[in-house]
Amino acid sequence: MNKQEKESYLREYALMKQEGKPFFPYAVAKDGAMAAVVMLSIILMSLFLGAELGPKADPTTTTYTPRPEWYFFFLFELLKVIKPAELVQLATIGVPTICMILLFLLPFYDRSPERRPERRPIATTAGIFTICAMGYLTYLGAHAGPPTQIDMETPPALVAQGGEKLEQFEAGKQVVTQSGCAACHKFGENGNDGPGPDLTDIAARLPEQAIARTLINPTAPMPSFQNLQEEEPEKFDAMVMYLSQLKGE
Amino acid sequence: MPKLKLPAPPIPLPKPLPKRPGAPRQTPVETATEAGISAVDWVDERTSLSGAARWMMFRKVPRGTNWFYTLGSSTMFAFLSQAVTGVFLAMYYRPDAAGGAYESIRYINNEVFLGEFVHGMHKWGSSVMVILIFLHMARTFFFGAYKYPRELNWGIGVALLILTMAMSFTGYLLPFDQRSYWATIVGVNINGTGPLVGPYLSDFLRAGPEFGATTLSRFYAIHMLLIPGIMAALIGAHLYLVAKLGTTAPPWLKPSDPVKKEEKA
Ligand code: HEC
Ligand code: HEM
Repeated sequence: MNKQEKESYLREYALMKQEGKPFFPYAVAKDGAMAAVVMLSIILMSLFLGAELGPKADPTTTTYTPRPEWYFFFLFELLKVIKPAELVQLATIGVPTICMILLFLLPFYDRSPERRPERRPIATTAGIFTICAMGYLTYLGAHAGPPTQIDMETPPALVAQGGEKLEQFEAGKQVVTQSGCAACHKFGENGNDGPGPDLTDIAARLPEQAIARTLINPTAPMPSFQNLQEEEPEKFDAMVMYLSQLKGE
Repeated sequence: MPKLKLPAPPIPLPKPLPKRPGAPRQTPVETATEAGISAVDWVDERTSLSGAARWMMFRKVPRGTNWFYTLGSSTMFAFLSQAVTGVFLAMYYRPDAAGGAYESIRYINNEVFLGEFVHGMHKWGSSVMVILIFLHMARTFFFGAYKYPRELNWGIGVALLILTMAMSFTGYLLPFDQRSYWATIVGVNINGTGPLVGPYLSDFLRAGPEFGATTLSRFYAIHMLLIPGIMAALIGAHLYLVAKLGTTAPPWLKPSDPVKKEEKA
């Protein structure tokens, strides 16, 4: 906006204001009515939805689902859309930071004096696109619960062998399904494809020790399972053993 | 829709003349009114606050101000509701990672009078506030309200948005149940992947390289002291600028709009 446009805006605005009404009581009445609606909705939500408390936090646990509050779902989904490991940094911190900087600087790069949404096609389209994208990602996040089921076939060699090995394999499978790994990893047909890599054929890519090392000292955002290894080593070993049998289908 | 008829704004009346001698004695209501007026006068004489109040309340809002303009103030009410319910929760909450935190929330839910109700209001109020703040931002965006001369107010708004999200991130850990614990671990790890400041940020949040006992009290202090203080100050600045610059008129209205003039006549 140049000087002339600024002045004409201020002049026009002063006229609009002259034709307007005092804030009190006209705007205050509307604000008050809206505030009452907001308070009423909060009270009703509290009464009908309650404030349930889940099971107590347990760092050694193996049954958890790392689920953020619903309005962070879109961020979590964004993680999944961006696959390659080099780009994970970009997705987790980069995209939100860039979005916030773009938002912050908006008045400085959108300098046209036009204010009507239908005459600002780029801004309006970008705004509607952002809203749709966030809504869609939130919807995806809401429907992508971490499945606690893995239907991959047990390797026939193990079944034939039976005995202790097979038992450990089954125990490991249980630990993995209960630990929420499927929230971030794919196992055959189950689990989410991202943000972590597909684990269907993890054994073909990583030796057993490397898998154990990954679980103890993973790259973020994967949580560390060091506690589990220290406090319940047999569960941890079973999990590693299970993963080391996944050679793809 | 029939127009809502409201009384004209009250203009302070001149002081009534003193009563004639021998007139009937004051009723208690009159005495109380007079006491109120003189108390307000006493404060005003020493602060001159009435000028500021009049400036805030009797400023004009432009023609065409509609229901979309209530989204900002309802965000503020959601914030105030969070502040009040938060104070009551803080009376019982203990940021003790060894189990005290979880127990204190269970105590609030099961034992305290109306405890679960207040806890629920705080919990759902956060969702309501996030929805309202996004709606308010969408309104100012589509109305072009971020343009001259309100750029600074938009910037303050973006800071408030980031702080609101930070509030819900730090608050999510406090009940210290499974969900909140593991979601926060993942969240802090995600912060850690950020370039440059990432690892420092997650070390700061965790109060060290490991998720430990002080992590919870750190989150609690950030959630109930640091961020709300900054937010209250920023909301004050935001509202000052709103009153100073005035709220925008809907962008499709023009002062010389003949159709509207007719409608008014
Ligand atoms: C919050 C999401 C998340 C959860 C939960 C999670 N992971 Fe991961 N995991 C990741 C990400 C992201 C990577 C990629 C890290 C990298 O590229 O170095 C990864 C990497 C791995 C790797 C190395 C894969 C490779 O190809 O190098 C293994 C093995 C693994 N995870 C196993 C598990 C197991 C087992 C569990 C459950 C006990 C689990 N993960 C839970 C996100 C997660
Ligand atoms: C805690 C959060 C916030 C509170 C309490 C708040 C409060 C308010 C209030 C009461 C108004 C007066 C007009 C109206 O209600 O529409 C207003 C105007 C405004 N707000 Fe906010 N706001 C918040 C967050 C934001 C955010 C996130 C943005 C955008 C990034 C923003 C940008 C603006 C702008 C540009 C105006 C001027 C609008 C105009 O003049 O028409 N605010 N705010």
